Amino acid sequence: MDIKDIIAPFAVWKRAFEKPFTVRKPIDERPGAPRYRGFHINDADTCVGCGTCESICMNKAIDLVPVEGRSPSGGDSGLRPRVDYGRCCWCALCVDICPSGSLGMSNEYLWIDSDPEVFRYVPGVDPKPWDGAELGYRRAEGYRLLDMERVPMPELSHAEGVKSFLELVKGYSREQAEREADRCVACGVCVASCPAHMDIPGYINAVRGGDLETGLRLLYETNPFPEACGRICTRACESACAIGSGGDPVAIRWLKRYIADQVELADYGKSLPRAESATGRKVAVVGAGPGGLSAAYYLALLGHKVTVFEKDEAPGGMLRYGIPEYRLPYPALDKDVDYIRSLGVEIRHGATVGKDPALAKLREDFDAVYLSTGLPSAYRLDVPGDEHPRVLDGVAVLAAATRGEELGLGRRVAVVGGGNVAMDAARTALRRGCEVDIVYRRRQVDMPADPEEIREAKAEGARLIERAIPLRVEDSGDGGARFVWNEAEMVQKEPGKRPVPEPIPGAVVTERYDSIIAAIGQGPELSYITEADGVEVRRMKPVTDRTGRTSVPTVFAGGDLVNEKKDAISAIADGHRAARAIDRILGGRGD
Amino acid sequence: MSRPKTPYVAPEERAVPDLDSGKYLVMWQGPNHPGITGNMSLRLVIEGDSVVDCETHVGYLHRGFEKLMERRLWMQNFPLVCRIAVPEPDFNEYCYAAALEELAGIEVPDKAVWLRTLSLEMIRLASFLMWIGGQAGAFGHGTIAQWSVTMRDYVLDLFEELSGGRIYHMYIIPGGVRADVPPGFLRHVLETMTVVEQNLKDIELVMFHNAVMKMRAVGLGYIPPDWVDRYGITGPNARAAGFKRDLRKDRGYLAYPRLSFEPVVGAESDAFERARLRLAEMFQGIDLIRQIVDFLPSEGPFRERLPNPLHWKIPAGETYVAAECTRGEYGFYVVSDGGDKPRRVAVRGPSYTHAVSVMERLVRGVNIADVAGLMVSLHTYPPEIER
Repeated sequence: MDIKDIIAPFAVWKRAFEKPFTVRKPIDERPGAPRYRGFHINDADTCVGCGTCESICMNKAIDLVPVEGRSPSGGDSGLRPRVDYGRCCWCALCVDICPSGSLGMSNEYLWIDSDPEVFRYVPGVDPKPWDGAELGYRRAEGYRLLDMERVPMPELSHAEGVKSFLELVKGYSREQAEREADRCVACGVCVASCPAHMDIPGYINAVRGGDLETGLRLLYETNPFPEACGRICTRACESACAIGSGGDPVAIRWLKRYIADQVELADYGKSLPRAESATGRKVAVVGAGPGGLSAAYYLALLGHKVTVFEKDEAPGGMLRYGIPEYRLPYPALDKDVDYIRSLGVEIRHGATVGKDPALAKLREDFDAVYLSTGLPSAYRLDVPGDEHPRVLDGVAVLAAATRGEELGLGRRVAVVGGGNVAMDAARTALRRGCEVDIVYRRRQVDMPADPEEIREAKAEGARLIERAIPLRVEDSGDGGARFVWNEAEMVQKEPGKRPVPEPIPGAVVTERYDSIIAAIGQGPELSYITEADGVEVRRMKPVTDRTGRTSVPTVFAGGDLVNEKKDAISAIADGHRAARAIDRILGGRGD
Repeated sequence: MSRPKTPYVAPEERAVPDLDSGKYLVMWQGPNHPGITGNMSLRLVIEGDSVVDCETHVGYLHRGFEKLMERRLWMQNFPLVCRIAVPEPDFNEYCYAAALEELAGIEVPDKAVWLRTLSLEMIRLASFLMWIGGQAGAFGHGTIAQWSVTMRDYVLDLFEELSGGRIYHMYIIPGGVRADVPPGFLRHVLETMTVVEQNLKDIELVMFHNAVMKMRAVGLGYIPPDWVDRYGITGPNARAAGFKRDLRKDRGYLAYPRLSFEPVVGAESDAFERARLRLAEMFQGIDLIRQIVDFLPSEGPFRERLPNPLHWKIPAGETYVAAECTRGEYGFYVVSDGGDKPRRVAVRGPSYTHAVSVMERLVRGVNIADVAGLMVSLHTYPPEIER
């Protein structure tokens, strides 16, 4: 035994004079570290209620619950996460994955209550002392569990694209599609925003798993135009996409196109349902646009005999005659239509209802009639001189381009309007070698056209003239027309409403053009509905109920003709809804 | 205190005491006992002061982690694994993440490699600080536990600053780590290391130059070298028996090949030797942490982008990833069938060997008062026995 071994431990005594490590009283409240994973906080206004936090939570501690004062709207489920601290393990994966970045954690860790029920609350909705805490766990800079950047779509360059009518968007490869599909969190917020309520997470999941047959079946459950919608859909889904709340939304439209592109038409029958046995009932559909053919598809599936009456020489309606080839090539549209035809749907071309046959005759010969005649008549400019021969109608120009006719636009062209038709007309004119000015009465941000279309039209060389109120059209005397407009400024007349253009006195501009294309909107053509038919028409629209039924029980209407949204997917949804309603009046179950 | 020339080797044969003879007493130590270091118990048969027979009983803490993991997505298991060995969560996090990265073919950024190494070395120190308190306490030195647990708390403060959690750090995520170091963190690490080192010197003086400690620990729980491979003994318990085995050197994972250190090796293989060796490893750990702080790259990404965790599928395959934890070889065997969840995960915790088979044998013939000191000298964590 070493004497040192007995003496050394007494060295402890020096500690008696040191400051103790622990302080007994008073108990200091020690704040959590700046990154402390304490109680949750949530910015309820930024949160979109997608429920990705709920999906990643390994303890099922998070439930998405309805909260007062929030209702579902485009891109917001109206639900908010409720955290159960009896289950939460404070891992903060919910914070890491949150697409909108609304979820965080405070550095507060003390909460004492005798009522166990209170430890389950909705952060950001149920007020808590740590709401808005500056400190606490947040997703670190440069760290994300989700990929917020879209897989770039291979496209023709603008310089290349403007030279021809070749399709600009080339479509995803398998690897690209699967990578893009992987970004989806399958929250389903998109489903609610899609007019047709397509099973978007379902078919994206099919892309991810490489099961395109299931994907195609899911597409056709609600939409028989996947090739067309995969290219030109107005994609409300992508505006609603939860990933879009913090980055680029998932390219839902292009994934739809990917499925339809990859499956050969000959193989469609393998995955799609067959028509039920014939019921012997006959339905007439007026108009072979997306809405009419969609109704025809679902009616044919239910076993009814469908005849479609179409005034034009080819099916597709606005998809064919209104949308240029570089956005929707005809073979793609034909693929959709051919499959609908393969179910036994008969399309009679050159049959203008109202002239031959009359609506009354259809009502007599068929058990039900679906009207889907759309908005074929372009609005006039409604300024003095708008009857000038060089003032053309945008829809007519696009239809002529589809038919391959010589457009004779001349060198300088003005396109008046800010919608998709205006952009299509401008870009068609550019492809025919014209110099194009797009003249719009408001600003670019006010344009109803798809921002992508506007961007591309400008990139292809169209000049955008904003805040120009048309005054008149004059003859230039040399085969062209002088377009006169007044420059305007945007004035906020009523708070909360969008500003209106007010002409600036004296700022009148005159430009000479070879052609002026008016694309300021279209109206319906309702002359085929006579008083004797008994279909009630109000404000240029047949009056319909929720299912599309008009005041005549066997006559239904839908699509642009009645639908405010005026896009293909809404028309398709109307067609599907009406098909189910028609089936019910024909004795079916309507499913 | 000198060691006997022939150390006492616990007999291999299990005694069959006649419990009805009145000579023996059956005594349970645990499941609640500070000398057990967790929830497990020893059923001791004693004769007078001496242990005749011991049966270890586990099952008080079974939470079924390995099975739970088969029901959770790959990424959802990341907050789960840290709970397998409560005082040392980071080794679970590292082994799980490294196994996934190997199966999925993911390269981790260099900065993450350093931060992971830092995290593992910091928790090694914290875990040893907790152990040394237990070891001293088991031999009657309660004061040391008060110092060392405070020091451990200072290290946990660092973890709180780095990861947002004190006990379950959940910092090492598949693909890298969850965040870069916060501003001022490295300075705090160095300051804390100075304080801990100073305290360790005091502890060394008081605990290892102490007649009581020597009288009780020297010669206690002698592990002969031939047991090491037979029982699968790893870590300080093996190194104290003269084996120069350290996975940090032998497998060279993370940034260890770039750090300069030599495994500490002992010879005497008793409780005192093991304690002395662990103390040396604590000083070595402080040195490693200082080296890491020096080497840590200031720039660069800290995590590799992985697929969406909600759909992440890992190619079919299996792997075993091991790391040197404070107690020895800690390993994760992970099997994937190509799906979005593990097919099977098996965790190899060193405590399974040390606290069950080795303990049962070592305790034969030991004085009842030394059972707790012996158990702590093996440094076992019952939570990792029951996955």
